[in-house]
Parts: sequence; C-alpha cells; structure tokens
Amino acid sequence: MYELFKNLGAWLVSGEQWAGSDGIGHRLAEHLQYSLLATLIAAAIALPVGLLIGHTGRGAFVAINLSSFGRALPTVGLVVLVFLASGLSMWPVYIALVALAIPSIVTNTYAGMTAVDPEVRDAARGQGMRWHQVLFQVELPLAMPLIMTGLRLALIQVVATATIAAYVSFGGLGRYVFDGLAQRDLVQVLGGAVLVAVVAVVLDLALSALQRALFRHRPAKSA
Amino acid sequence: MTVDWSWISDHTDDLTTLTLSHLQAALTAVLLGLVVSLPLAVVAHRVRPLRGLLLGLSNVLFTIPSIAIFVLLLPVSGLTRTTTVIGLTIYTLVVLLRNTVEGLDSVPAKTKEAAKAMGTRPLRTLLTVELPLALPVIMAGVRIATVMAISLVSVATYIGDGGLGQLFTDGFQRNFPTPVIVGVVLTLLLALVADALLVTLQYVLTPWTRRKRSA
Repeated sequence: MYELFKNLGAWLVSGEQWAGSDGIGHRLAEHLQYSLLATLIAAAIALPVGLLIGHTGRGAFVAINLSSFGRALPTVGLVVLVFLASGLSMWPVYIALVALAIPSIVTNTYAGMTAVDPEVRDAARGQGMRWHQVLFQVELPLAMPLIMTGLRLALIQVVATATIAAYVSFGGLGRYVFDGLAQRDLVQVLGGAVLVAVVAVVLDLALSALQRALFRHRPAKSA
Repeated sequence: MTVDWSWISDHTDDLTTLTLSHLQAALTAVLLGLVVSLPLAVVAHRVRPLRGLLLGLSNVLFTIPSIAIFVLLLPVSGLTRTTTVIGLTIYTLVVLLRNTVEGLDSVPAKTKEAAKAMGTRPLRTLLTVELPLALPVIMAGVRIATVMAISLVSVATYIGDGGLGQLFTDGFQRNFPTPVIVGVVLTLLLALVADALLVTLQYVLTPWTRRKRSA
C-alpha cells in the first residue's frame, strides 16, 4: 500500500508525465474544454426554458420532474447509445454531458424565479413595466443566486462525468483511468482519478467563493 | 438504430439476473447509507461545531466523480461487489446526511420543549417525537438517494460489476444497440418504480400529514 502511494506521488509530479500531447497538462486542457463547452451549450438551452417556466408559471411540472429524470438517466448508457448511433465523433460526449447539465440548470433557475416575492413582481407591473422589463430587470437579478448555484452544480457534474469521453476514444483526464484499467496499471488509474477529483473539488470551491463574493449583500438562501 | 426484439426474448433470464443484481447493489447502498447517516445526523444536529465539519466533508465527498471513487477503492477492496456498494454508499450518505439534519432542524422547538416538560427522556424524544416529525424531509432524501444509486450502479461496469451497466459495455464492444437501449429503459423503470414505492411508503408512515390537509 505504501509502495503504491509512493509511486502515485511520483507519477503525479514527474515532469515527463506533465509534458507532451498525452501529458497531464494537455489532458487537463481537453477535460476543461469538453466540460466548459458542454455547460455553455446546456446553459444556452436550459436558462431560457427555466426563465420562461418561472415567468409564466406554465410547465412547472416539467421543471420539477426534470431533475429526478436527469438523476435517473444512466450517463454511461446514454454515451454508448449515441456513440452507436452516430459513430466515431464528439457527439456522444457532448450530447451526454449537455443532457446531464440541463436538469440542474432548469430546476434551479425555476426555483430562483419562484422564490421571487410576488409582491415585488406586482409592484413592478403596477409601475407599468412591460413583461420583458419585469423579467430582465426585476425577476432575473433576484433569481441570480439560485441560477448561479444551478450552473455551478451542472459544471461540477459535467467535470466529473467528462471522464467518459475517454471511454469512446477521446481525450481528457479519463484517458488515464481507462488506459490504466486496460493496461492493469493501477498507478495510472489512481492518478487519473485523483486528478479528476481534485479538478472537481477545486472548481467547486472556487465557484462558491466567487458566488459568495458576488452576492455578499444578499441574504443567504439555500438551493 | 433498430431494436432486435428476438434478442430480448432470448435473454429474459440474463436480464432478470442483471436487474436483480442491479437492485441489490443500489438497495444495499441506501440501507447502509441510512444506518451510517442517522447517528451522524443526530450528532451534527446536536453538536453545533461538528455540524459544519460533517456537512462540509460530505459536500467534498459528493464532488468526487463516481468513477474516481470506485477506482480509488480498488486498492482496498479490488474488483468486487464490495467496491460497488461502498462507492454507492458514500454517495447516498451525502444526500441522506444533509436531509436528515435538515429534517431534525425542521422540528419546532416548542414541540421538543413540550416533550421535555412531560418528562420524556432525550432518547425517547428523539425516537418518538423528533424522527417521526422529520420523516417527510428524511424521506425526500431517501428518494433522491435511491434514484441516484440506481442510476450510478451502471458506472461500476468499468470495474467489472455494474448490474444492468454490463449491458452498456456488452453493446458497446459488439456494436449492438439493443442491450444498451434495454439497459437504459430498465434502469429508468427501476428508478421510477422505486420512487413510486417510496412515495407510497411515506404516505403510509405519516398519516398525520394527511389529516392536516383534509381538515
């Protein structure tokens, strides 16, 4: 066990391991690229949907049940399914990651919108604001903390799951996990797992710190 | 992408075995999660300084990717069912701990004072007053944990277990979509049925919430 940890430490810090196109630096960049792009696409789809459902109050059933559907959907199965349908392309990775990210964003955006005090909304309408002014100048800013929480949760889930890109022959930090499993090289498998875990934890801490700094003046609300 | 229906009828025995093994892994993890999280939640609820530590620690655990957890357990328990169950338990633990603490917090202080004034001992208050009143919030956690565990079992296919997840690797290696589709559908169905059963269980266990609504 001690030997294993020593080798793992050596693997993580060796300069050789960090350099080149299959080095940790490059794999880390790939991993972040998949994760950020997938989260952005998911946000572009999920934010308008969540805002619309929250603003109109229609389709609330969808917003509430989407998150439990998202939780139940096995990502591994989804990736393989899209892979078999589309062949060797980036589609399986992005479709699976986007599908994973959408529920948290829609549900939290909707939750943020319903948490807006109805009297504030009425007051805005009473002042003669149009629907888009109410939405963008009143509801959206008030719902922002919970919307941010949704984006953060989505990004963390996506970073954790982007590991499977390597399963369908792409890069990212999952490369080490799957190559290591294939080569029975436990040090490499553990190295990959530790790196993914560290990236996820660090991103989560950084984003929650950013969130606290941005919304310092707001009373704390839990998701 | 077409479904080969004859494959399904030819493999009903295998599918039953995989479904049962899938369910066994998920349910064991949720039960273990409950056994571990209940005492921890009571401690976190009563001892303020420990509360932040326990909840913070469990949040960090939740951020660690599931494949990473399974892999990190390999030196401890190897390519076995134990690894699957421990990995899943860690995930359910996080959700169950948070919800149980929130549930205990939601019990009105006056109710606890009334129990104390009637001479009820702390342990008895916990078992007969606090836990029952916290049950709706705890059950919400149990539902989330169960659905999540059922979905996550398939990740363990990478370490050679994974119940229905084995259908994904099988279909992937043979370039044959039918097992994958069947695996996804069965996983979703399991989650749906388990969730419905838990809602029913909660309905039966908390008759007072019904009476309040009809009054």
